[in-house]
Amino acid sequence: MNNKTPFMEATYVGYHCVVLVKQVPDTKRITGQAMNEDGTVNRAALPAIFNPEDLHALEMALDIKDKYGGKVTAVAMGLPAAAAVLREALFCGADQAVLITDRRCAASDTLATSYILSCGVRKLNPDIVLCGRQAIDGDTAQVGPQTAEKLNLPQVTYVEQIQTLDGKRMVARRKLGNGWQEVKTTLPAVLTVVDTANEPRVPRALRLMKCKTAKCRGEIEAMAKADPSVNVDAVCKELDSKGLLIQQWDLDYLNADLQWCGRDGSPTKVHRIQSVVLTAKETKEVVPTQANIEAMVHELIVDHTIG
Amino acid sequence: MIEVNKQGEVWVFAEQHGGKLEEVPVELMSKGRELADKLKVPLAAVLLGGQVSGLCERLGHYGADKVYLAEHPLLEHYQTSSYAKVIDGLIQKFKPQIVLFGASPCGRDLAPRIASAMKAGLTADCTDLQIGSHEIKSTGQTFDNLLLQIRPAFGGNIIATIINYDRWPQMATVREGVMPMPTPNIKNKAQVVKETVHLSQSDLAVEILAEHRQQRKVNLKASRIIVAGGAGVGSKENFKLIWDLAHCLGAAPGATRAAVDLGFIDRDHQIGQTGTTVRPVLYVAAGISGAIQHQAGMSDSQKIIAINSDPQAPIFGIAHYKIVGDLTQVIPMMIKAIKEKA
Repeated sequence: MNNKTPFMEATYVGYHCVVLVKQVPDTKRITGQAMNEDGTVNRAALPAIFNPEDLHALEMALDIKDKYGGKVTAVAMGLPAAAAVLREALFCGADQAVLITDRRCAASDTLATSYILSCGVRKLNPDIVLCGRQAIDGDTAQVGPQTAEKLNLPQVTYVEQIQTLDGKRMVARRKLGNGWQEVKTTLPAVLTVVDTANEPRVPRALRLMKCKTAKCRGEIEAMAKADPSVNVDAVCKELDSKGLLIQQWDLDYLNADLQWCGRDGSPTKVHRIQSVVLTAKETKEVVPTQANIEAMVHELIVDHTIG
Repeated sequence: MIEVNKQGEVWVFAEQHGGKLEEVPVELMSKGRELADKLKVPLAAVLLGGQVSGLCERLGHYGADKVYLAEHPLLEHYQTSSYAKVIDGLIQKFKPQIVLFGASPCGRDLAPRIASAMKAGLTADCTDLQIGSHEIKSTGQTFDNLLLQIRPAFGGNIIATIINYDRWPQMATVREGVMPMPTPNIKNKAQVVKETVHLSQSDLAVEILAEHRQQRKVNLKASRIIVAGGAGVGSKENFKLIWDLAHCLGAAPGATRAAVDLGFIDRDHQIGQTGTTVRPVLYVAAGISGAIQHQAGMSDSQKIIAINSDPQAPIFGIAHYKIVGDLTQVIPMMIKAIKEKA
C-alpha cells in the first residue's frame, strides 16, 4: 500500500524491534461446533491463526530492519502450540523468536498479560516495541497501551506509517477514527499498528524451508511423549546450533512477581457468558411482486415508520 | 489500585477536542446517571483541557452532579501521558467506584494506560452496564452492587459479563452509539470542582506535529432510516440502487464490512462490530447475509426489512419483513411503491 515510504536517510545503525504476536482462534470462521451448548467457546474446534493486525506490526518491524538494519524478535505468550505463530514470524523474516509459556500465566486478563509481556520485553532491551492494535478474540486494544505503561515508555497507538526514523527520534502517522495525526516521539517506544499500514509479506520458499523445523522445547517434549526415542536435550541442542530453537521462557526466568500474573494478577473476572442467539421476531414473508411490495410500504406508512 | 469504596462516585470522562464536547460522553451521562442513582452516589464528569470551563454548564444539563475541571495549557491537545497523569491523580485523590470512557480512539488509548497505572480492571467496548451482585461459587462469598460490564466477545459470538470486585475503580470503555442521548435539563446545575494541575513539558511523551480531522461523510447514528448493502449487492454499480432507495426514503446509506472491503462504498458507512452501532426506526438490509458481526451493530433496529436471494440467510432470523428475491428487481419495486405513495 505504501510503496514509497518517505523514509529519511538512516543515521543510526540498526534498530532492535520486538514484535508482540498472539495466536488467536479464528473468530471470523466460527461454526456451530465452535460453541458449546452452555454458551462457552469450544476453543478446540476453532482454527488457530496469527492475529491479523500483529502481522502488520511484524511487517512494519521487518520494513524497519530492511531499511535501517538491526534485528526483529517475535514474542508470544501462550501454550507451546502458540509456537506456530512464532514459526510463521520466522518464515517472514524475524531473526529470533521467544515463547513465554508457563501454567501460571493461565487466566491472565489484559493487565496480567501486559505485566508478563513487559517482563519479557525488558530482557530484550529493544528500541521499538510493536504489536497489532488489537486481537480478534477479545478486540480490547488494551495490551499495547498497558505494556507501554508497565515499561514506562511512550505509546503511539493506531500507527499507519513510520514517516521518519532518525537516531532516537521517530515521526509516525496515527490513523484516528475520522482523520489522522502526525506525532514525534523518542525511542524506545511502544507502537500499536493498524491493518491499513502495509501489506504483510509472503514468506520466501527458501526461508520457509529453512525455518519450518523450528520448535520450542515444549513442542519437542510433546514429541518425546509420543515417541520415547526422542531425546529432548539432544534435539534442542541441534536446533539451537542451527538457530532454529524457539526460546522458551517461564515466569521464573522472567523474575516475574507472581501476584501480578495469571488469575491472581487479573482484576477482571467473568461473571457470565451467554451465547448470542438473536431472537427471531415475528417475520412476515413478502413474495416480491409489485402489489406485495406496495402493501408492505403501505403498512410502514400507516405505522409511521416511513413517510 | 484503590480500595473498594462503596461511597465512591460514578465518573464519566468528558472527552472533548478543540473545546467541543464529543457525543459519546454525553451518551454516557444517561447510563452514568442510572448507575449513580442505583448506587445512591453522585455522578461526576471529568473534564480536562486548555480552556474548557464553558462546557461545565452543559455537562450539568446532561445530568452531572459535579464536574472535576482540570485546565492547563499543556492539556489543550489530548495526549496519553499528560491526560493519564492528571486522571491517575484524581482517581487516587477522590477514589471513585466507577470510571467510564467512550470507546473512541481517544478513550481506547487513554483508559488502558490509566487502568494499568492503577492496577485496576478495565473492560473494553461495553454495550451495556448494569448494577448487580456476584457470588464466588467456591467460597460462597458474595459481592453486592458491582458494575456488570457487558460486552460482545469472540467476534460477537458470545456476550460476556465482566466484573471487578477487588481492584478498584471499576473501569470500562463503552461503545459509541449504544446508549441513548439524555434529554438536557437546563435546570440541572453541576458543582464545579477546580483541580490545580502541575504539568511540565517533560510530562508530554510525544509532540503533535500535525493533525487532520474530517467530518464524517455520513451520520449513521442520527439517521431514522438506514438502507444498507452487503457483499450480495455484487458490484459498485449495483450499489447505486442502495443510494437510490436511501435517497427516496430520506435515509442514510450503510454497508457491511464485506461491502466496504470490496470497495462498494466508503468505510464511514460501515455498520457492525467494527463500524458504527445503529438503532434506526427502519433498517433495510439488502444483499446482507447477516454475519453475527454485522448483526451486533444493527439488531436493535425497530423494524428490519431483509432482501436476500438465499432463503436460509441468517439475516432473516431477525427480520420483520423477509423478501427472498433478487435485489436488483426488488429495490426498483420498492422505489416505485414509495414514490407512488408519497
